[in-house]
Amino acid sequence: MPEPAHSFMLTIHVNGVERQVQVDARTTLLDALRDRLHLTGTKKGCALGQCGACTVLLEDRRVVSCLMLAVMAEGKQVTTIEGLARGEELHPVQAAFVEHDAFQCGYCTPGQIMSAVGAIKEGRARSDDEIREQMSGNLCRCGAYTNIVAAVRDAAAQGG
Amino acid sequence: MNAIIGQPVNRVDGPAKVTGHATYAAEFDLPGLAYAVMVLATIPRGHIRSIDRMAAEQAPGVLAVMTHEDAPRLAYKPIAQRPQVDAQSGEQLHVLQDPEVRFNGEPVAVVIAETLEQAVHAADLVQVEYARSPALTIFDATKGRPPSEGNVKAGRVPELGRGEVEAAMAAAPVRISARYVHPREHHNAIEPHVTIAHWEGENLTLYDKTQWVDNDRKEIAHVFGMEEERIRVISPFVGGAFGSALRTWPHVTLAAMAAKRVGRPVRLELTRRQLYMSVGFRPHSEQHLTLGATPEGKLVALEHEVVQQVGRYEEYAETALSPTSHLYQCDNLWARYRLVEMDTNSPCPMRAPGVVTGVLGLEMAMDELATELGLDPLELRLRNYAEQDQQKGLPWSSKELRACYAAAAERFGWSRRKPEPRSMREGGMLVGYGMATAIYHSDRSAGSASVALTGNGMAVVRSAASDMGPGTYTSMTQVAAETLGLPVSHVRFELGDTNLPFAPVHGGSITMASMGNAIVAACQAVQKKLAGLARAAQNGPFAGLPEEAIAAREGGLGRADGSGPVVPYAELLRQHNLGWVEAEGSAQPGEETQKYSSAAFGAIFVEVRVDEALGTVRVPRMVGAYDVGRVINPKTARSQCIGGMVGGLGMALEEQAEWDIRFGKVMNANLAEYLVPVNADVPSLEAIFVPNDDRNFNPLGVKGLAEVAICGVAPAIANAVYHATGRRIRRLPITPERLLS
Amino acid sequence: MQPFSYAPVADAAAAALRARAGASFIAGGTDMLQLLQENVLQPDELADLNGLPLAGITEEADGALRIGALTKLQEAADHPLLRERHPVVAEALDATASPMVRHMATVGGNLLQRTRCLYFRDVSTPCNKRQPGSGCSALEGENRHNAILGGSEHCIAVQPSDLPVALVAVDAEVLARNTDGAERWIPVGGFHRLPGDTPEIETALKPGDLILAIRIPAHAARWRSHYVKVRDRASFAWALCSAAVALRLDEQGRVAEVRIAAGGVATKPWRLPRVEQELLGHRLDRDRVRLSAVWASEGAVTRTGNAYKAPMLQHTVERALIELGGLA
Repeated sequence: MPEPAHSFMLTIHVNGVERQVQVDARTTLLDALRDRLHLTGTKKGCALGQCGACTVLLEDRRVVSCLMLAVMAEGKQVTTIEGLARGEELHPVQAAFVEHDAFQCGYCTPGQIMSAVGAIKEGRARSDDEIREQMSGNLCRCGAYTNIVAAVRDAAAQGG
Repeated sequence: MNAIIGQPVNRVDGPAKVTGHATYAAEFDLPGLAYAVMVLATIPRGHIRSIDRMAAEQAPGVLAVMTHEDAPRLAYKPIAQRPQVDAQSGEQLHVLQDPEVRFNGEPVAVVIAETLEQAVHAADLVQVEYARSPALTIFDATKGRPPSEGNVKAGRVPELGRGEVEAAMAAAPVRISARYVHPREHHNAIEPHVTIAHWEGENLTLYDKTQWVDNDRKEIAHVFGMEEERIRVISPFVGGAFGSALRTWPHVTLAAMAAKRVGRPVRLELTRRQLYMSVGFRPHSEQHLTLGATPEGKLVALEHEVVQQVGRYEEYAETALSPTSHLYQCDNLWARYRLVEMDTNSPCPMRAPGVVTGVLGLEMAMDELATELGLDPLELRLRNYAEQDQQKGLPWSSKELRACYAAAAERFGWSRRKPEPRSMREGGMLVGYGMATAIYHSDRSAGSASVALTGNGMAVVRSAASDMGPGTYTSMTQVAAETLGLPVSHVRFELGDTNLPFAPVHGGSITMASMGNAIVAACQAVQKKLAGLARAAQNGPFAGLPEEAIAAREGGLGRADGSGPVVPYAELLRQHNLGWVEAEGSAQPGEETQKYSSAAFGAIFVEVRVDEALGTVRVPRMVGAYDVGRVINPKTARSQCIGGMVGGLGMALEEQAEWDIRFGKVMNANLAEYLVPVNADVPSLEAIFVPNDDRNFNPLGVKGLAEVAICGVAPAIANAVYHATGRRIRRLPITPERLLS
Repeated sequence: MQPFSYAPVADAAAAALRARAGASFIAGGTDMLQLLQENVLQPDELADLNGLPLAGITEEADGALRIGALTKLQEAADHPLLRERHPVVAEALDATASPMVRHMATVGGNLLQRTRCLYFRDVSTPCNKRQPGSGCSALEGENRHNAILGGSEHCIAVQPSDLPVALVAVDAEVLARNTDGAERWIPVGGFHRLPGDTPEIETALKPGDLILAIRIPAHAARWRSHYVKVRDRASFAWALCSAAVALRLDEQGRVAEVRIAAGGVATKPWRLPRVEQELLGHRLDRDRVRLSAVWASEGAVTRTGNAYKAPMLQHTVERALIELGGLA
């Protein structure tokens, strides 16, 4: 096993692309994405896991990237909001968010969408009640919640 | 032509927001970016004895540490006429200019380093020794004083009234009197406040979270004693603000100072905890109301006193008395507004500032009066319907509040309400129905826009407006598209840049009433300019025609009499060998303020379920009906209304700063202990717009809706809790301890 | 956040080695990162335990369920055997944090989650738990979140996790390994310590000890069980109060065995022996439940902000028993 170190050249697979990035042991995955890789679609809201704006998929599971040291993502697959659309074609969850106006300011939106994608993959978007509960880790201060539920319901019905 | 105004157009910036490509202030990628972190005072009042900065300066990656000892002395030029978003009296915080500590959380140092991690760590290493002075940290409503002259001039009056309130109250057959409290609340937009400052020589560019780029520039110009022309502010996307980004806070100054010091672009982003001490909040308010009425429920006398907290170095005050002054017909009225000084960072506007407070008290008191009279709460409102603004003595420019009451009550099923408290139950829960009225005065302000028609058939519309979420990008695009007769896809609206034509503040629900009309004017100006070119030409379809013979038609120009073809703009430009043609237009308030009083109205109906044993309240559904004048985009407008309901639910049931009087500090300064609503809190929200088109207020017929959408929600919930439980909880939020006590 | 070094460790021996050298452990990281961001903790070194083979739930020969310390909360909540046999545990996990946090946090780490006391998390204020001897700011401060049971004049901080409350109800044990490699079982009920005059010492673990697993005994599968959590909002909030109940009725419908624990109200997961005693041997009807539950707040010491927790605790215990007994 490696000796403890303060900085690392990290290899992570972001949106299917192998990326190398120099990080401090202290650097969170969120800051690595935003400040080192300039993937700023993943948002910083609280940096304490309390708002969900930084939600990404780590190996297909929803996580808050602010509560993870970047170095602990070594070798892992990370999917961010930038990795969802196929070219010009929006992912069904993204399209449903636009159609249902499931946001206002848009800042929590990438986290909401990644959380919704995760919830649908996990098979946890089977009813409105379940969607509300499953999406409750993602705060929306503009209060678009009922539209978010409609969007997730729609996307889930299309196989999200 | 198909109408575009009034259509539920999807947000034009939607694809950018859902793909992560919308660029918020923190996300501009500047080469050589360094990171600044603030060090905040930890005492409520006193001064700095000494600062040990050695360890911080020697920490890896640190570029500079700046304190009051070595920060440049800034100009802080006096501002002759402060914008309404500023505190109107006192003096804004002069950051790092002296060793004084005015409140817990005042910046005492800023550390700049190569990376965020290094800056955060070095900030922790700055050791500050303080001398504490006695501090005012307790809100004592009996210590209220009137607002100062500056605020009075700006309309924050200490008293208002009419008639003979004392005599009328004494003679009133029915009276109720009660005191209501709401705590300090924080905006908590999900995007933190952040500034990137970048100097190029003597020119400064700020990438900032702001609701008003033009004022941001003006403020920083005053602070630094610079010419405004040397500053550019860029803010294309704002991740929510709700009032917290109306004015320019000290951290923007710090970012600019830091960037100057290190000679590199610097980003200064506030942590969630720092936001509670740095960018304002809705002030703690206590209010006392006495209502006098006839047995039939006609208000005969109304007394209302509002007391709010205020900081000591500057004075921010609110128009909390405005709803009381004109929401109901009442001949005898007296209202008073007082401020209690505390050592705290300054409060600031938060969605429907002051009005949400005044409406809370008034609408809870009206419910108490209805109970006292044995009258249906809705019926009581109808019996006191104000046909005019009695305080101003002016007719409303429009008012469809009766239609709001009717539509919302019908949709909600208000008739199913059993009048007795505690009379409705379901599944072991007490069920309560409650309602309240919402009002927010409608204003507009001067603004300008430019429109360029281009050879490829596009229109580019520009203004230094802002879009913190309501959908400015989209609704302005619709206004321009309809005026120009172009499809939405052929119009691009650009905003959030001081290089664009001046726009007023993006707050107070004035954006559409102000900028919408400016955009119409700009569109008409560019059409006229193009028509002028076409008339002056040697040949072509309109050569030599008089001005009035040419009219704007579907996507181009045609003859006013309808004969002949419509020539598209792009075709005309080609005929004249022009790549583009551009014109500016502006709009400003007219005489309507002398002729009318204008306001948006709403009626909110809510159902609550109270678990009496556990003290929890849940809100399974809310229905609101709104008169906001003309609705430009019902889809985004509806989103604002349901957002207001969610915000109001937070105010009613969850939000409260837990203020420690020993430290003069908000202790629950995060999002795990300062709670805002989550998705599971709001199963069903419905918004109805009653038809209206207020051309008396402005040519576009809109009134504005962001603020009215939160007004009335919290009192409707509190009133429903009373109906469910028979208990008046007069102190918000209605948390379990208040129901269990 | 002060600089620290980091290295993954491959096995318990390597973890012990790093711990001896002063390293702190990190697993799910969901609380650790908050504590680092808020400067509450300043480790010199983090040893990442995620490479240890400690994830997953297995059934032991005697029918006990063994939950590896690195099992994610969501993975545990979804485990069919756990859901079927110990609903109280699954329900407690379902009500914990958010889905994202549940995908990251581990069951071992959840036992060690630090208090949410406002003063513990704000380093500018005195706190005996964070800085021994500095004083307890919560006693006379903003204490609506704080404990009414198990506190001392030095500390009234709540242990905030849901899982250990449920684990007390199902009589679970924690398997710990010390730096010498010796393993020992600790009942979850004895795992957390009362603050007394050393609130900085929170558990029975010694420095460098590693949690390997949690074990729910086979006999707990005979019990019906249920978790009720009361919060300020409908989801994603700490327990103001919670109750975990597990019981078995005899053939006559009398309470033959019962274990009840409370969360959100105490400095550690709080067993309620008096309530259990009042129920034992009686039919589970509404009257008996109510009469028993009033004992839940026995010994409570309340302060200005948290007095509501005493009635709330009684009602929460009552509610859990009523729902479990189908008496609603």
